[in-house]
This record gives sequence, structure tokens and C-alpha cells, in this order.
Amino acid sequence: MSEIAPAVIHRAPTGFIRKWIFSLDHKVIGIQYYFLALLSVFIGMTLSILFRLRLAWPTEAWPLLGKIFPVGFEGGPMTPEFYLSMVTMHGTIMVFFVLTTAPQSGFGNYFLPIQIGAHDMAFPVLNMLSFWVTFVSLSVMVSALFVQGGAPISGWTAYAPLSALGQVAGPGLGLGQTLWIISIALFCIGSLLGALNFITTTINLRTKGMSLMRLPLTVWTWFTTAILALLSFPVLLAGGILLLLDRLGGTSFFIPGNLVVSDKAIAHSGGSPLLWQHLFWFFGHPEVYIAILPGMGVASQLLSTFSRKPIFGYRAMVYAIFAIGMLGFFVWGHHMFVSGLSPYSAIAFSLLTLTIGVPSAIKTFNWLGTLWGGRIRFTAPALFALGFVSLFVSGGLTGLFLGQTSLDLMLHDTWFVLGHFHMIMGVAAIFGIFAGTYYWFPKMFGRMMNESWGKLHFFLTFVGVYAIFLPMHIMGIMGHPRRYAQATEFKYLAATQPFHQFITIATLITAAAQVIFMVNFFWSLFKGSKAPENPWESTTLEWTVPSPPPHDNFGEKHPVVHHGPYEYGVPGASKDYVMQTDSPNS
Amino acid sequence: MGRLLGVLIGIITGVSVYLFTGRMGWFPEQISEYAPAIDQQFMRTLIVVGIAFVSAQIMLGYFVWRYRDRGRGEVVYTHGSTKLEVGLLILTTTVFVTLAVMGQKVWAQLHLQEVPADALQVEITGQQFAWNIRYPGPDGRFGRTESRLIDDQTNPVGMDPKDPASGDDIVSINRLAVPVGREVRLTLRSKDVTHSFFVPVLRIKQDTVPGMAIPLHFKAVKTGEYEIACAELCGLEHYKMKGYLMVMPQEAFEAWLKERATR
Repeated sequence: MSEIAPAVIHRAPTGFIRKWIFSLDHKVIGIQYYFLALLSVFIGMTLSILFRLRLAWPTEAWPLLGKIFPVGFEGGPMTPEFYLSMVTMHGTIMVFFVLTTAPQSGFGNYFLPIQIGAHDMAFPVLNMLSFWVTFVSLSVMVSALFVQGGAPISGWTAYAPLSALGQVAGPGLGLGQTLWIISIALFCIGSLLGALNFITTTINLRTKGMSLMRLPLTVWTWFTTAILALLSFPVLLAGGILLLLDRLGGTSFFIPGNLVVSDKAIAHSGGSPLLWQHLFWFFGHPEVYIAILPGMGVASQLLSTFSRKPIFGYRAMVYAIFAIGMLGFFVWGHHMFVSGLSPYSAIAFSLLTLTIGVPSAIKTFNWLGTLWGGRIRFTAPALFALGFVSLFVSGGLTGLFLGQTSLDLMLHDTWFVLGHFHMIMGVAAIFGIFAGTYYWFPKMFGRMMNESWGKLHFFLTFVGVYAIFLPMHIMGIMGHPRRYAQATEFKYLAATQPFHQFITIATLITAAAQVIFMVNFFWSLFKGSKAPENPWESTTLEWTVPSPPPHDNFGEKHPVVHHGPYEYGVPGASKDYVMQTDSPNS
Repeated sequence: MGRLLGVLIGIITGVSVYLFTGRMGWFPEQISEYAPAIDQQFMRTLIVVGIAFVSAQIMLGYFVWRYRDRGRGEVVYTHGSTKLEVGLLILTTTVFVTLAVMGQKVWAQLHLQEVPADALQVEITGQQFAWNIRYPGPDGRFGRTESRLIDDQTNPVGMDPKDPASGDDIVSINRLAVPVGREVRLTLRSKDVTHSFFVPVLRIKQDTVPGMAIPLHFKAVKTGEYEIACAELCGLEHYKMKGYLMVMPQEAFEAWLKERATR
């Protein structure tokens, strides 16, 4: 065990700018990340509503939207290029600036140091830098919407050579695509800095008694996620730089010879389109776990807390988290079964992919085991954690179809894939974020959120997301390829149109239900009732300090840990929970 | 609250099961030699997934109903059971790996098996936003192509007129005619960006990648006209990139080729 860090590594700032803008305090940086994600999810959701309109009613003109986006609605209905740029930006913003940012950089920054009994992150300046780099990255990304030619139309995966050739290959592939790549490269740098910080902090700054097997499972997931980020983002960064060089520097990493695009010969030669896919998915698959692992941590923490029982199989959970994280690096090829990859490699990737189902099954089993024999308190955070389990099961199991080479012949790049990954890394992860928000809001802002609104928000959203994403699987089985601006060009897709309309209506209703959350959030921020130190009767360290915690979390004293993180319902104890810091014989 | 959520999870489970199994006809028609095997593997997977899905969701729904806080009673204080974890580990590993192995059979037939020597050779070159289909003609050999000779109107794949083998090659746009019951060997190419050759009724999909020539084979067993879609985002009119697979009796196919050759 290393030396405990000094009690105060930087003093509480007094000025507004050092306190709230260029802050070194991990808690403020966590909140900054959280709000960045909140803004991003609002943008991402709005974009999805726009392209859902076109999918449901492709020939309909929208005069009001035409006034707001004159180029995107030129001639009345939404243009296909506007549709594709909306799809691209929706995917990119959601994956990077919401799913990677909120659960890891937001909650992780705020609560990892407190939960391990540290006064701050190991490298506060690096922490500040990582946020501001991410902020610049988001600004660059959003600016791509407003440049000449619009945002890129190449999807969030930006497959080369479509993304490498420039304007000649399609609208938005000029400046818009360049800005997209620059933004992603910056994001990689920000995430890399954050990951270094998380790993060092977890290893070095644990307080006395906080052994590895006493870490809350949230810490285990943030720590594992940081390792994934450390190993995967540099690969995407390299890929992004090479792609930028292909576009601006005349290199040919991803562009093969003898291409003729729109009747124009392309002067590149010698590159490989598959190289981009390997680099992208070497990052892209671990990224799925970067998005979902912290949600698993939150679900574990909350299910134990609100069923008033220890987590079932703590060690098995830790091993499963690590197994998922590490296996996640050996399965990227399952995105490429039909890409021209060697069919032998595809078989190996397929077998490895299905083994990821094993630790996932163990986690689900343990969540159910935690609920079994408990006394579940149905608070808003508990509901979202339970919803997480249901969505994780639904979204995870369809992976058993897509992980098989032969079934990918039919299902790859169809709406089945969209249903699968939205269910799991989309909404399951979002439910993790909601659960974390309702649970930690009192600690972060010192006020309680409204419980009744929270419950209403849960039920509407839970039914809503199933209504949106379940039918997508069926459309995929019918053979509907993704990223089609409309399904009406093909006879065999005629039957999918009612599905599109149903999904769009469900999207509008579910999106409207998010207003309840936003109102609750901002109302509670200013008017919510004052939060006590430990409103949920939880056991981990963040609930031993005031709400919100002071600048240095624990003041001059160091907390000493005597218990595991989930000691609920201990027979013979004076109350139904034992805090980690309670004396050894309590 | 617990009862409400429990019932809701039950309803969602029921609706999901009904949606996937209530109507078996979601798949498009199947007309290839391999399609039935792929559909069978899908059904096998659906059964495994269905059992896991229903048992997990129903357990979740039942537990939230049964173990809601009623203000009395003790919780079961346990930290888990290694025996159960190991049992689950063995069970899931066995089931999932078995499923994955079974899923390789059709894949191996499609990609690793030798194609009969008398298979019909066809070359397909994707471009924004059309499929160029080329037959080698009576000599059975594809003529040389060069990218600098490509002209979208007159010479879409860039055939070299100086090569004697190219004289009898037949090029058709968006129309892939094949004889019924005969093995067809495709060579998939692209001249600009990545596309994906997707024929839902054949249950096959393969990206066409610029700079690569990717082989694929199939045997259609039912005559008719079917749609070919592009399944990889290739630009603005990706959603319009449509071709037709025309499966014909042998004589009709020969007549079609002959008619094409005289153009």
C-alpha cells in the first residue's frame, strides 16, 4: 500500500473562475462533465426526433422545420443528405459525449475519489485539462453542423474510403468530415488523460482499510473502464490522424488504387479500407463496455442498497467485470464478419464473442440473487436500476444472434443491430445514468429530487424505450438495412413502414416524458428539500460526508474503512446497515 | 409499486415473445440452397435466447413483486454461493459455445467449401449507386479492365477493348440473371467506396470493398424476380441502390444472355 496523499493537495479556490470554470476540484469537474453530457443528450435526442420524422413520413413537407433548417428541407421534405448527417451526428454525440462522458467522467470523477476515501484525483490539473479538451471537442463537433456542405454523412463509424475521399463522395464529406475527425481526435486525448487519472487514483489513493475487495463495485467498473479507455482510445486517435492525413496530406492509408468516384479518377493508391475498420473497431468494441460498465456498477450498488441486502456474489461480480473488460478486446472482428475479413478469422471472433455472454449471465444472475429475499424499497433510483437489469437482459441476449457468423449474413447492418445496441449500450446505459442521477443528486447538489415525478418519469420511459427499440428487431429480421433515408424504394420493405410510424410516435412520447426529468432536475436544483447526509441509508464513504461535500471531501481527517461496501441486513447489528467506516465490532 | 413493476415486466415479456414468435413469417421468402439452414440456426438461437429471456425477466418481475418492502421481516443475509456461480459458468459456457459452433456450419459451407468448376461466373462491381454485373461470355474468361478506361455511360467497369477476352463479355446494370438450380460464383468488387451486396431472399450479404475481389457463391432454387439491396452506407442515395436478381430456367437465361450480347 502506498503513502496516503496529503490532506489538502490544493486549497479551496475563492474566485468564481477558479471555483466553477477552471476548477481543480474533482467534484466540480464531475459536475461540469455531467452538464456537458446533459447538453449533448438534448442535442442528440433532438437530432433523432428530426430523422425519425423522415423515416415515418418520407415525403411529408414540414414548413416550420423548413424555416429553421432551410437547407435541410429544401423543396419541402427533409433531404436525404440532411437525414444522413442527422444520423451521423446523433450517433457520434450520443456515443462519445453522452455514453462515454456522463457515467465515467461525470459520476466517476465526482464519486471515485470520495468512495475510496481520497481528497481528490491524483492529478487535478490533468483532470481539469481533460474536461476542457473534451469541451473543445464537443464545440468542434457541433460546429460541423453549421459549415458549408453540412455535417458528414458517413455515419458514426466513418468508414473509409467514403470518409477519406472528400466532397467528391457526397455532401458533408468536405469540411464537415474534417471537423468530425478533429473533434474525435481531441476527444481521444481528453479520455486518455482522464483514464490515466482514474487508474492512478484507484491504485494509489485508497484510504486506510480500503482493500481491493472492499471497493464498491462502482469503483471497480470505473477502474476497469479507465483501463479499457487507456488501451482503446489511442488506437482510435491513431486511426483518426491517419484518416486526416489521407484527406489533407495526400497519403493513402485507407484509400486503395484505381478508384473512380462519380466518374473522376482518384490519385491515391496502396491503402486498405479494412485497416480503418480494424482500427475503428479495436476501439469501437471496448467502447461498448466503456459505455455500459459504469451502469453495471451503479445498478449493483443500487440494487444492494435498495433491497437492503449484500450484493450477491461480490467476488464473482469483480471477476465478471474484469472478464467482460478484457474479453472486449478480442472480439472487435464480429463487426466485420461480412467486411471481407478472412472467413477463418470470423470463426475465431465468433467463438470469442459468444463467450462474453458468460460473464454477462453471471452478472444478471447476481443481480437477481441480490433481489431474492430482500426488502426492496421502490425509490426512483431503485426503479431505474431495476429497469437497467431488464434492458440489459433484453439487449444483451440479442447479441447471441449477431455474434454468429451465419446469422450475420442476414442480420448484419440491419435494424436488428440498431435494436440490439440501442437496447444495451443506449438505453440500458442511459438507465444507469438516470439511476445514478436520482441516487447521487442529493449528494452532488445538497437537495432531494422529487420522488413522484421521478417514478412517473421511470414508468413512461421504461415502456417508451421498449416500444421504440423492440420493433426494430423485427424490421431487421425482415431485412431492412440501416441508414436508409426511407424504406419506400424497395417492395420487400413495404411492410416495415407501419413499424417506422409506430416507432416515431413512441419516440415523440418518450422524448416528451424527458421534460418531466428536466423540470424535476432544475426545479430540485433550486427548490428541492434539503438533503440529509445519508438519505438512502447507504453504506459507502460518500454518505459519511455532508451533502454536498466540502472542497477537500473529508477535511483534515482520513476515513478508516472496516467493512465491505454492501453490509445491509446484518443479523444482530443495531440498524439494518453497517457503514464502511463503522467501528469493526458494530 | 413493486406489484405494478412486476406486472409491467410480465407484460413486456409477453409482448416480446409474441412479437418474435407469434408470427413466424417475419423473414423474407427464402430461395437459396443455404437459406433454410440459416433460418434453422436462427430458430435454434431464438429458442435458447427465448428461454434465457423469459426466465430472467419473469424472475425479475416475480422478485420485485414478491420481495417488495412490506415493513416487516428480515432479509436473507447472504454473500452469494460459489457453487451456483460455478454451475452457471459451466452451463452458460457450454450452451453459448455449442451455439457458436453450430452457427459455423453454414458459414463454412458458404465460405470455405470449393465451388464446383462448372459454376456460372459473374463479376459484380458496386458503385455509387448501382450494381454493374458482368458475365464472361462464351469464352468463360473475363477481359482485362483498367480504371482509366471507366466511363459511367459507355464503359462502367473499364473493359479494355484491346484484350480479346473482353470482346464477348456482357455487362448489365442492376440486373443479375442466373439459371435456377445452378451454382453461381460471384466475384465482388467496388470502384469507389464500400458497398454491401445483400440479397435477403438468398440470406447472403457481403461487402464489396474497393481494392479487393471477394468471392461468394450461391445456388438459387426458385425462379422469380427478387430485390438486391445495398447494406453498407455508401453515400447520399444508399437507400436507392437497388438491383434485381432474376432467377430463370436455363433456356430463358441463355436467351437473356444472347439478347444482352447483341446490344
